[in-house]
Amino acid sequence: MNKEKVIELSKVNKWYGEFHVLKDIDLSVYQGEKIIVCGPSGSGKSTLIRCINRLEEHQEGTVRIRDTILDHHTQSIEKIRSEVGMVFQQFNLFPHLSILDNCALAPSWVRKMSKKDAEELAMTYLAKVKIDDQALKFPGQLSGGQQQRAAIARALCMEPKIMLFDEPTSALDPEMIKEVLDVMTDLAKAGMTMIVVSHEMAFAKEVADRVIFMDEGSIVEEKPTAQFFSNPENERTKLFLSQIL
Amino acid sequence: MKIKNLITWSRTNLFSNWYNSLISLFCIYLIIISLPPFIDWAFLSATFEGKLKTDCKTSGACWVFVKVWFEKFMYGFYPVENIWRINLSFLILIISISLSFFVKDKFKIYILFFLIFVFPIIAFVLIHGSFGMQIVESREWGGLALTFILAIFGIIFSFPLGVLLALGRRSELPIIKYFSICFIEFWRGIPLITVLFAAAVMFPLLLPADSYVDKTLRIAVGIAIFESAYIAEVVRGGLQSLPKGQYDAARSLGMGYWKMNFFIVLPQAIKTVIPGIANTFIALLKDTPLIVLVGMAEILGMINLAKANPYWLGMAVEGYVFAAAIFWVASYFLSSYSQRLEKKYSTEKK
Amino acid sequence: MQKSNFKNLLIKNFQWQNFLPQFLLLFFFFLLIFYFTKNAQVNLLARNITSGFDFLGTNSGFDVQFSLIPYDGSYSFGRAYLVGLLNTLLVSFFGIIFASILGFIIGISRLSENLLLSKLSHFYVELFRNLPLILQIFFWYFVVLRNLPTTEKSLILLDFLIINVQGFYFPKFIFTNFQFIIYGIIFAILTIFLLKYYSNKMFYNSGKYLPVFKLSLFFLILFPLVFAFLGSVGLTLEQAKLIQNFGIFNYVGGVKLVPEFLALLFALSLYTSTFIAENVRAGILSISKGQKEAAKSLGFNNSLSLKLIVIPQALRVIIPPTTNQYLNLVKNSSLAAGIGYPDLTSVFAGTSLSQTGKAIEIIFIVMMTYLSISLFISLILNWYNKKIAFISK
Repeated sequence: MNKEKVIELSKVNKWYGEFHVLKDIDLSVYQGEKIIVCGPSGSGKSTLIRCINRLEEHQEGTVRIRDTILDHHTQSIEKIRSEVGMVFQQFNLFPHLSILDNCALAPSWVRKMSKKDAEELAMTYLAKVKIDDQALKFPGQLSGGQQQRAAIARALCMEPKIMLFDEPTSALDPEMIKEVLDVMTDLAKAGMTMIVVSHEMAFAKEVADRVIFMDEGSIVEEKPTAQFFSNPENERTKLFLSQIL
Repeated sequence: MKIKNLITWSRTNLFSNWYNSLISLFCIYLIIISLPPFIDWAFLSATFEGKLKTDCKTSGACWVFVKVWFEKFMYGFYPVENIWRINLSFLILIISISLSFFVKDKFKIYILFFLIFVFPIIAFVLIHGSFGMQIVESREWGGLALTFILAIFGIIFSFPLGVLLALGRRSELPIIKYFSICFIEFWRGIPLITVLFAAAVMFPLLLPADSYVDKTLRIAVGIAIFESAYIAEVVRGGLQSLPKGQYDAARSLGMGYWKMNFFIVLPQAIKTVIPGIANTFIALLKDTPLIVLVGMAEILGMINLAKANPYWLGMAVEGYVFAAAIFWVASYFLSSYSQRLEKKYSTEKK
Repeated sequence: MQKSNFKNLLIKNFQWQNFLPQFLLLFFFFLLIFYFTKNAQVNLLARNITSGFDFLGTNSGFDVQFSLIPYDGSYSFGRAYLVGLLNTLLVSFFGIIFASILGFIIGISRLSENLLLSKLSHFYVELFRNLPLILQIFFWYFVVLRNLPTTEKSLILLDFLIINVQGFYFPKFIFTNFQFIIYGIIFAILTIFLLKYYSNKMFYNSGKYLPVFKLSLFFLILFPLVFAFLGSVGLTLEQAKLIQNFGIFNYVGGVKLVPEFLALLFALSLYTSTFIAENVRAGILSISKGQKEAAKSLGFNNSLSLKLIVIPQALRVIIPPTTNQYLNLVKNSSLAAGIGYPDLTSVFAGTSLSQTGKAIEIIFIVMMTYLSISLFISLILNWYNKKIAFISK
């Protein structure tokens, strides 16, 4: 098990004003691991992963992505971000650009690829998420499931080492959840390091290596998947699972 | 230790890279060439005491000019001994408006009613004079008081008319609807000054030969109709933003058109657009000084008069800075007041 | 289907509760028109003023200080109208350009992370927005421009611009064979169309594309220059010269911008720019946080994300209210009457009206003119809104 530690959070604390939203978070993620983070709303799950690509700034503790420590002095935070992909609950596709342009934009402007190569790259990933036939359409013309798959392709086009998912299926109608989860499962099987905030427990059982349960800003329980579901230790975890499953 | 903090803060925020530093230096330069000279001119080197222009010996502002002419700037040529009447009217206005914050919604309607129907009469009686008080014709009204009188008249009368127009525009009756649309778009498409010219010069031609309508009144009515078109659009925005369900609910309770609008629709719609209405009022306050161009002696007119006085030549700057200060303060307070109102109503909703 | 709808409409409107208010409105409206017309006829007769628009052909008998076309007292009132209209359009045109540029810069500055810059621009907006425009115009005219150096001590910038209390002077550009430059511009425009067509085709086929915008700019500059060279277009700069007449100094020749024009232009630009700045700020802020976060998470830095993601979307929100501000600027240009700039209002509704007494006709013409300009700008706005609406299902 000589896997590289790609993410390390130690004693991370964050406050929104007076509100203590992350309390002494310790978390290590190894390459290729799939981690599911679950918990009641307001528990800090989204804030946690947003600290990893520094969309949120932590006040105490260390956040380390591979060799780089994330803090105020970090040079070119953009470089780190281009190695960590993120998929949002609200998709956040750029409405004024076609799907193809949405995907090719960052590779051509941030990685400075030629537009032609960027578009070829985009088409490959769009094919992987199975919407290459929608490439020239605009986000407003696509269904929710299609949009989220496009958003996943967009993040993948930067060829990140780590993918973060912030409740990717929570804003979808039920019949579209499966198509997105299928894409995520494929991605997991291909070896991507993934941290997913989600309530989709069936997906967790199939794909995750570890499951983390958060409540009120702390990591309450953290276990390999099988153990988490069969043998939860903490009372709060048990309560939460009984409400969801 | 505080200075150390300031330095680190400046480093990260103002001088983090060459681009930022250049901007910061430019800003600092702008502040240095404008602020100290202004403070020096307006306060440090300025003359505050005296009675004549010759009392101003320094290079700073000659505020003596403003002091000497103050009453004229504020009240125009209104007889000095009767100025208390103008002050009283404004006091009544301010009290009624302040009162409206401390009373329940139920009573607010009464205050609104008072403001629209009763207050104008009281104000007119006081300012114009009757019941044994000395009569002061409207042509003697002037200064800032005149500006405010016309602005307030404008807002009081443009409001009901604007609401009617907004309702008319949304009416299903075609003639009413198209009439409202044409009326609104007409008054919004022309500059205020053409309205003032029309009121001052053209309108007398449309009245019977031997009748005479007071010029101030004509101008006031012109301003009120002009502003009503803008209020109409603001209110229309509020009417449109109301969920359709409200209309459905009111109608299903058997309310007729007027009851529905008066009790359900308008109260909600108007609350939503209070900032818009406040903005229109502020715009009206800034538009009213235009009456100087049709020969009415409001504050700018008085300043122009004063600075042309042979004993007071060259005082244009002091006069305009004074007027600017007044308008700026009035405008700023009105807009922060409306923001507070907006916050109050939006939290109430929750 | 159409016919029965119309029939229903008629029936509905002839029900008495719907019919009555409409009938009353029409009745009283026409009654009012009739009343006014009757009075007007009587009054005009009494003052010996004829009605009708033929006065437009008669000589005006007054001069104006500033005109884009040749004009003096021997020209007709119709011509005076044109002079006023052109002056209004002139100051509006440049006012809109300056206000937009200033507005965008200030609007973006307000969102800057540099605290000095954002506070300073906030102060600028609060200051110029809350002061009445007429006061600002007076201030520029009676205070700032009055205090410029006297003619003999003029400020001369880069040997090009002369500034003194009588105005700003530019050299007059005198072209010979100017038509060749026009040909060059036309040729450049045609080439640009061809370029767009060709580059679209090329992109479609091979995925490569040409920098169309930069090339277009290049052509627009290059071709007129080439044509100018080939057609021997000549340019002389006639700068204003200082002459002295009985001890009084004056600049003659060149292009003179009178202080009336300048005061109006500066005040209008500054005042309107504050509203545009607020529109720009609101537009950029309206772009949801999620869009900016998506851009950030893809690795875009601030300026790239502004350029590629935020501003294209923000423009859709910024342009409609900004067009409204342009309209306000045109209407506000009528304040020229306060300082004697001969715009449409002061030349026509001011001087011409007092000369002829034909208040009704003149006010009517002036109002119609402004209305037409308003409607025109609104139409353009509607066309623009339809064009840029987000493509959706």
